[in-house]
Amino acid sequence: MEFGLSEEQTLLQDSINRYLSEELPLDQVRKIATGDVPDSSVWQGLTELGIPGLLIPEAQGGVGLGYLDAAIVSESLGYHVTPGPFLASAIIAPVALNLAGGQEALLSSIADGSRRVGIAFGEAVGARADAGFTVADGKISGKSLFALDSNADDYLVADADCNLYLVSAADVKRTNLSTVDMTRSTCELVYDNAEATLVSRDVNVFIEALDAGRTMQAADTLGAAQSMLDQAVAYSMQREQFDRLIASFQAVKHMCADMVANLEPCRAMVWYAGHALDELPDEKRLMACHTKAHLQEVGQQVAKTSTEVHGGMGFTDLVGLHYWFKRIGANRQLLGSPEMLREEAARIQGFAA
Amino acid sequence: MDLSFGQEYEEFRAEVRQFVEDNRDKQPKARDYRSEDAVAWQKKLIENGYTLRTIPKEYGGLGAEPDIIKSRIIAEEFGRAQMHTGLAGQGISMLTPILLEMGTEEQRQEFIRPTIVGEMDWCQGYSEPGSGSDLASLSTRAELDGDEWVINGQKIWTSGAHRADWIFCLVRTEPEARKHHGISFLLFKMDTPGIEVRPLVDMTMTPNFNEVFFTDVRVPKHQIVGKRGEGWQVANALLGFERGSLAPPDAAQSRLNALIKIMHQETINGERLIDNPLFRERLMKIQGRVMAMSYNDMRLLSARINKNQDTKLAAMVVKLQGTELRHELEGLAIDVMGEIGLSFGDNPYVRDAGTWQFQYMYYLGLIIGGGTNQIQRNIISERGLGMPREPRAKVK
Ligand SMILES: Cc1cc2nc3c(=O)[nH]c(=O)nc-3n(C[C@H](O)[C@H](O)[C@H](O)COP(=O)(O)OP(=O)(O)OC[C@H]3O[C@@H](n4cnc5c(N)ncnc54)[C@H](O)[C@@H]3O)c2cc1C
Repeated sequence: MEFGLSEEQTLLQDSINRYLSEELPLDQVRKIATGDVPDSSVWQGLTELGIPGLLIPEAQGGVGLGYLDAAIVSESLGYHVTPGPFLASAIIAPVALNLAGGQEALLSSIADGSRRVGIAFGEAVGARADAGFTVADGKISGKSLFALDSNADDYLVADADCNLYLVSAADVKRTNLSTVDMTRSTCELVYDNAEATLVSRDVNVFIEALDAGRTMQAADTLGAAQSMLDQAVAYSMQREQFDRLIASFQAVKHMCADMVANLEPCRAMVWYAGHALDELPDEKRLMACHTKAHLQEVGQQVAKTSTEVHGGMGFTDLVGLHYWFKRIGANRQLLGSPEMLREEAARIQGFAA
Repeated sequence: MDLSFGQEYEEFRAEVRQFVEDNRDKQPKARDYRSEDAVAWQKKLIENGYTLRTIPKEYGGLGAEPDIIKSRIIAEEFGRAQMHTGLAGQGISMLTPILLEMGTEEQRQEFIRPTIVGEMDWCQGYSEPGSGSDLASLSTRAELDGDEWVINGQKIWTSGAHRADWIFCLVRTEPEARKHHGISFLLFKMDTPGIEVRPLVDMTMTPNFNEVFFTDVRVPKHQIVGKRGEGWQVANALLGFERGSLAPPDAAQSRLNALIKIMHQETINGERLIDNPLFRERLMKIQGRVMAMSYNDMRLLSARINKNQDTKLAAMVVKLQGTELRHELEGLAIDVMGEIGLSFGDNPYVRDAGTWQFQYMYYLGLIIGGGTNQIQRNIISERGLGMPREPRAKVK
C-alpha cells in the first residue's frame, strides 16, 4: 500500500513545472490574457510535452495516462495560471469521445494538437433561461452559454438528457464572453440549423467526462491556491513595516498558518479523487463532487487571505496576484457551484431525492 | 498510488468485521473510563490485536509487526460500527511511546504492561498557574536530597489527577540553567505523602481536571526519564504523540455517521432532518472536510512506511484542523436537533447519552489544551513555513 505519488508521477510534475516556470513567466500570461499573444502559443509547447493527449490511448497517438496523472498535471497548470483549453480539450472532450467510441480520428487530431475541442455542457449541468437549443434530424438550433474555449475547432454539446453531440465551430456563430478569468476563454454559441453529429446517448459517458472535469478543476485550484500561499509567504519575508518584516507579525503568520491548515489536507483529497476515477468506481462520483466543492471553499479562503497578506500591493495589477484569484473564482462557478455539488453529493448517497 | 489491500487483508477485514459483530453488546459505555468493563474490554482488544498491536510481548502487548494496513482496517471497521476502540488515556497515548523510546529497561518492565491494560492510570503534570503556553517557564522545584528528589510547587488543569495512580511530571531541577535546560521529567505515585489534589470543575460540569499541590514530596532518585535537565526534550517528544492523537479522523468519521443517523431518525414538524435542505447542506459541507482529513491521514500513515514522502506540513495541521472540525461537527448535531439538542444530563429526552453537548464542549477544551490552536499556528508558520519568531516585548 502506498498513498502518494509514484516516482514517474513526481518526475512528470517536475518536468511540467520546470517547463512552465521557464516558458510562462507572469509577463507571458499577461500578454495572452490581454489578447496580445494567442493562447495557442502555450498550447503548442504543451502539445510537445504530450499534454493534450494525456488521457488519449496510445493507439490514437496519446500518452494513455490515468486520471491521477492528469490531476497532478492540472495542479501544475493551476500553479502557473496556464492559459489554454486544458480542461475542455485535454480532459472532458477526450474522456467522452474515448468512452463513446468511434471517434479515433478526432482523438488523434486532439492528441497531435491539430484540433481543439471545446465543450458546451450548460444545458445538462444547470440550464439557464437565456440559453437552450433543440436537436432534430441531426440539426441543432438555439444557443449555448459559457461554452469552454473560444478558439476551439469543434464543440461537444450536451443536451438536457445528457446526450452528446459534436458541432463544428465553422457551423456556429461564436461570440467570446469575457469573464474575470482572463487566462481561459468562454463563449456563446448560436446554432442555426447546424450539423450536429450524435456522439453518445449514454448518460454514463457524460457523467464520467463531467466528473473528470470537476476533479481537474479541483486540482487546478489546489495548484493556484498553493501558488498564492507561496507568494504570500515570500512577500511577507521581504516587506518591512514598523522596522520589521511583516512575516514577524503574528497576525500575518496566523493568516498564513490558516491557509496551510486548510490547503494541505486538500492535496491528499485531490490525489484520492484522481485515484478514485482510475480505480474506485463506487466512490468516484462522490469524490468528484465533494472534492470540487471542498477545494473551491478552501481556494476562496486562500485567494482572499493571500491578497490581504500582500496589502495594497495585492490589490494592484502590478503583482498580478489577481490572475490566480480569478482563476480560482472561475473554477468555483464553472461546471457546478459548491452548493450544487454538495446537493449532488447528498443525492449520490441517497440523502436527497 | 496503490491502495490495494490484497487477499490476506480482505480476510483480515472479514475477521475484524466478525469480531465487531459478535461483540457489539459487550463493549463498555463510551464515557465510563477505567471501569471493570473497560479494563476487560481493553484486555480483549489487546489479545485480539485490535489496539496497541505493536507493543512488544515482553511489555504485555501482542508484539505484532507494524502493519499500517491492518491498523487502517481495524480503524475503519470499528469506526463504521461506532465501536469502542479501547482506552486512550495519557499513560497509553503519551507515556508508553516515550518509555519505549527513552525509558530504561526497568521502567518499561515496570510500567508499560499495567498501563496499557488500564490497571495503572496516569496523569500529566505539566501546566502551572503561571506557565501554560509558556510551559518552559515552569517553577515547580525538585531538589536532590540524598537518594530522593524533594518536590515543592503546584500544577493545574491536571486531567484525571483525582483518579490517577501515577503522574509524569515536569519539574525544575537546575534553577541556574536557561529555562529550557533546567527541567527534568519525573515519575511518581499519586499517593506519595505531600500531594494534595483539588478537583477543578470544567465547563461540562465534570471535575475532569484538578489543581495538584506538592509540599516536600519525596521521590526516589531513579524515577527520572532521560537525564537530569533534559526533561524538556522528553516532554516535547511526548507533545508530538499527544497532538497526533488529539483529533483522530476515524473518530470524526464515526461521529459523522452517528450524525447522519440522527438526521434520518429525528423529525421536526413531521419532516426528517435530512430532508431539510439547509441542514443537509451543512452536513455535506462537514462531510467534505472530514473526507479531506481522512485522506490526509492516509497520506501520513503511508509516509510512515514509505520514508521518501515529505509530510511535515500535513502532520502539523492535524491538531488545529481536527479539533476545530470536531467542535463544529458536534455543534451541527446540536443545531439540527433544536431544543432536544440542548438536553444534557438527566433528561429523558437526551439523545446518545448527551454526548453531543459533551463533545461540543470537550473539543473546545482540546482546542485550548495540548498547546492552544494559536500556538499551533505559531508552530506551523515558524517551523513549517520558516517565518520569523515574534520579537519579545520588554516589560517597561
Ligand atoms: C481540557 C483541558 C485539559 C488539560 N489537561 C492538562 C493536563 O492533563 N496536564 C497539563 O499539564 N495541562 C493540561 N491542560 C492545560 C493546557 O495545556 C493549557 O491550558 C494550555 O497549554 C494553555 O495554557 P493557559 O491555559 O495557561 O493559557 P495561556 O497560555 O494563558 O493562553 C491564553 C490565551 O493566550 C494565547 N497565547 C498565549 N501565548 C501565545 C503566543 N505566544 N502566541 C499567540 N497566542 C498566545 C493562547 O492561545 C490563549 O488564547 C489542559 C487544558 C484543557 C483545556
